[in-house]
Amino acid sequence: MVSPAEVDAALGLELLRGMWRIRAFEERVGQLTRADEVHGLVHLSIGQEAVAVGVCGQLSSRDAVYGNHRAHGHAIAKGAPLAALMAELMGRDGGLCRGLGGSMHLVDVEHGFLGATGVVGGNVPLALGSALASRLAGHDAVAAVFFGDGAAQGGIFVESVNLAALWALPVILVCENNGFAEFTPRSAHSPVERVADVVAPYGLERATVDGNDVDAVRRAFAGFLEAARRGEGPFLLECLTHRLRGHYEGDPQRYREAIAQEEWQRRDPIRRLERRGLDERWLDDDTPARVEQETREEVEEAVRVARESPYPEPALTSELVYA
Amino acid sequence: MAREIPYIQALGEAVHQEMARDESVIYFGQNLGLTDDDPYVQAFGSDRVRVTPISETAEIGMAVGAAFAGFRPVVQLYMSEFMLVAMDQVVNEAPRFYGMSGGEVTVPLVLQAGYGFTAGWAGQHTGTIYGMFMGVPGLKVAVPSTPADAKGLMTASIRDDNPVVLFHSYLLTLEHGGVPEGEHVVPLGEAATRREGGDVTIVGIGWTVGLALAAAERLAADGVEAEVIDPRTLAPLDLPAILRSVEKTGRLVIVDQATRHASAAAVIAAEVASEGFSALKAPIGLVTALDATIPYSQPMEEYLMPSEERIVAAVQQAVGSSPVAA
Repeated sequence: MVSPAEVDAALGLELLRGMWRIRAFEERVGQLTRADEVHGLVHLSIGQEAVAVGVCGQLSSRDAVYGNHRAHGHAIAKGAPLAALMAELMGRDGGLCRGLGGSMHLVDVEHGFLGATGVVGGNVPLALGSALASRLAGHDAVAAVFFGDGAAQGGIFVESVNLAALWALPVILVCENNGFAEFTPRSAHSPVERVADVVAPYGLERATVDGNDVDAVRRAFAGFLEAARRGEGPFLLECLTHRLRGHYEGDPQRYREAIAQEEWQRRDPIRRLERRGLDERWLDDDTPARVEQETREEVEEAVRVARESPYPEPALTSELVYA
Repeated sequence: MAREIPYIQALGEAVHQEMARDESVIYFGQNLGLTDDDPYVQAFGSDRVRVTPISETAEIGMAVGAAFAGFRPVVQLYMSEFMLVAMDQVVNEAPRFYGMSGGEVTVPLVLQAGYGFTAGWAGQHTGTIYGMFMGVPGLKVAVPSTPADAKGLMTASIRDDNPVVLFHSYLLTLEHGGVPEGEHVVPLGEAATRREGGDVTIVGIGWTVGLALAAAERLAADGVEAEVIDPRTLAPLDLPAILRSVEKTGRLVIVDQATRHASAAAVIAAEVASEGFSALKAPIGLVTALDATIPYSQPMEEYLMPSEERIVAAVQQAVGSSPVAA
């Protein structure tokens, strides 16, 4: 196996920028939700950016990626344009899905983001279909699907793992284990602490990594990806992470104590990569603030473009019932 | 050339011919293609013909994902009730993606599901459940009533770019009928007039089309000429064809093997009452199964089901409340 590239200035900056792009976008979405410019149910992935970036950065637009209800980061990391994504969240005609999908149902075929689905676990078998299609078509594209630890208790997950293992499909299951299924801690959902252990009987190659360490995610995923490109699979990558925000925007979070600022600084995947870059000297002192500033400007530009996009003609909804 | 073959064979012939015509058609299901001499495996290989575990959710979800990539999966479910364990995929994934994506992705998928096997299979394998699916935007629902339509609707379903549930009647499985040998397509959304008549319109669905035709012959002996309309697909529903017939006859009886409450029959009745009220000379008659779980014991099973006698009685009531002009 080829070992994944070491983090150098170019790669480090790319990873940092990738995470900042998601962070800046989602913080802005949080504000716009409170201002009612983005309406409906919104789930933010702030704190979990390392998983999306560590995984999607290695995929091409031919590889199919599926996200869940918390999918802004997955879509952005896979290449979805920020303006179209923001316009979608604002329900505009220029949105990724012309305002018909919204936060939980993002699709960007051009970049191989085949979609987010709002029902927990509902996206897992879809990824198997993409993997099967890739095999039948005889090319080396792979499929990856993001889901939370809450999905692992569903029958749909076990059915999909069984079928993927039975047919040895080139699919990589990426679990974002943030310890909470909606509002409930994992301990109240399952006696099995690690999702990687749930799939053990099926003989999947699997790994559990620190999901707030983008390099650890990237390295573990690279190994699976290389094998999946050869047609092997399935694989499970469990990323232990932390959701800084509530389950949804507005969640009073009575079920848990807010994490101490100091503890968060220690865990924050962005700050961690910045500290590492400074230690290893591939980042200079000014760069982190500059990257943050640039991505925030990028997001502001996306907001501006999105605001200029008109609302879709209401009758469009009736035109898009049947293909 | 048409020759007589059974309904179930006509369905299979459509799948086989479409697989030969189009490499993107793949076929999977439980207990399917188990041996090398299986005709589908022989013709198309075990890549395109696949046996699945009893995992309807994963099976249908996987088909949706393959459909995104341009394949045209046909999932053989045998019993339509087995779809119920995979409702998220059938109702909330497959038919939602086209609209939710703003038209970016299509899901050309066929779910082949048998219904209504009221032949001693009792409560859980006998349901006539197409009505549960006809109100799902984006999903098409086909219910063939003849061997020729079984072939033609299956062919159209496979070629359609939307998810289609094709409900085939288990009670018609071995019914023979003329079926064209070559390509045969029956467009989705076009009703058929099975019998012409000017006194009353009888709408039958799937198995009850034959029942309606038999009842119509008995009524003809008493001088009542019934027009029998077969919608063939419930979604989209060819309401204009039904309204045109009601415009002509002024009376409507709808026959549905499903239980009555929230049935396809009830939906059609509501549409006609709403859109064709001025043409009606009598209340709309509904002949359906009784609202109960299908019982095992044969006399009870017969008691619950719609029958020729019930159709005749419903027509006589419709005609009697406003006599046919002599």
